[in-house]
Amino acid sequence: MPNSPADRPRRISVQRKGPLLVEGPVEVELEDGSTVTSDRFQVALCTCRRSRRYPWCDTSHRDRA
Amino acid sequence: MAYEEPRLPDARGPLSAGVGEYLLGTGPLPSARTVAAAPAYGDDLQLALYVCYELHYRGFAGVSPDVEWDPELLRLRAALEQRFLTALRADTPVHDSVEDALAELLVEPVEGDGVSHFLRDKGELWQLREYAALRSLYHLKEADPHAWVLPRLWGRAKAAMAAVEFDEYGGGRPDRMHSRLFADLMTDLDLDTTYGRYLDAACAETLATVNLMSLFGLHRGLRGALVGHFATVEITSSPGSRRLAEAMRRTGAGSAAEYFYDEHVEADAVHEQVVRHDVIGGLLDEEPQLAPDVVFGVGATVLLEDRLAARLLGEWRAGRTALRTPLTPHAFPTSEKDHIS
Repeated sequence: MPNSPADRPRRISVQRKGPLLVEGPVEVELEDGSTVTSDRFQVALCTCRRSRRYPWCDTSHRDRA
Repeated sequence: MAYEEPRLPDARGPLSAGVGEYLLGTGPLPSARTVAAAPAYGDDLQLALYVCYELHYRGFAGVSPDVEWDPELLRLRAALEQRFLTALRADTPVHDSVEDALAELLVEPVEGDGVSHFLRDKGELWQLREYAALRSLYHLKEADPHAWVLPRLWGRAKAAMAAVEFDEYGGGRPDRMHSRLFADLMTDLDLDTTYGRYLDAACAETLATVNLMSLFGLHRGLRGALVGHFATVEITSSPGSRRLAEAMRRTGAGSAAEYFYDEHVEADAVHEQVVRHDVIGGLLDEEPQLAPDVVFGVGATVLLEDRLAARLLGEWRAGRTALRTPLTPHAFPTSEKDHIS
């Protein structure tokens, strides 16, 4: 968000099951050295490694039945 | 070019006819008996309600903006809402807790049989066009019904809801508003992006899904239901959007058509988290007594989406149009369009 104070630590919300939630904007460096960016107010980073839009969460962590 | 307000839709029975005539100043409002006689989910009642709600969005050509707060019309609208709400409360499954209600939505069926599964696997371009025409009733005002809840929330729930709405509205950039992205999708599919253009074509099941949002959004007393509804939309949107993006790719619908759903895969994976943790969580921290309303909002949304899906799939599997008035054929067959671009 454009008006978020820059003088406090960036908050990351963690969950055992689900993505990391990071306050945006973010720039993510991937293994091959390339970078991707998102300027959303909050960004969901995949931790299950199943996302087809990695590093962004696409809800692939959900249980299937 | 000056903006033109939408044309009033064609009547579908005595209720919608009476509302239309009243708005134009040419007739009286329908009687209580007429309201009582109309099926709650039927075309006539749903269209009459839709027209009443639309006065709060964009209005209609030839209808005074003052009629938005006409007491007689509001009294009729309340009677229509009462019929709709009573039916919804009777038909919506009851869950013990918000967690229970949402848990079902958070499991992805391996063998899904919804509209997005159908369109991904065997949807044809004409069916994608029909789907987009129907969904345009909401997507051309995407996020608007939910904006009404903002003054009824506070603290964590309000901040989170406002952040999600900001994202829906393109983060301050009009070319990235989701309603604008949907208009671009419609252009790819050779549909008319004029607001309200496909109202006459939309079946009662479609009208009901949009009326639900307006009903929940316009009543402070239903703020819990609005939040439950919004969570349901955001939770189910990401996987559904992935399937619809695949349908658009497979049929060569166009890059803007793909982009609308690709954007929703990513955006709604975030929105889902924010809505569950901060909007619902924040609201229930402040007002725990609203939990049954949140559950009702979830259940009513699932109920109406299932009814719409049954209607669409029933028509399409039989090779029939799902619209009340068929679309004009696609002006650019896919192969030609690919050739041109």
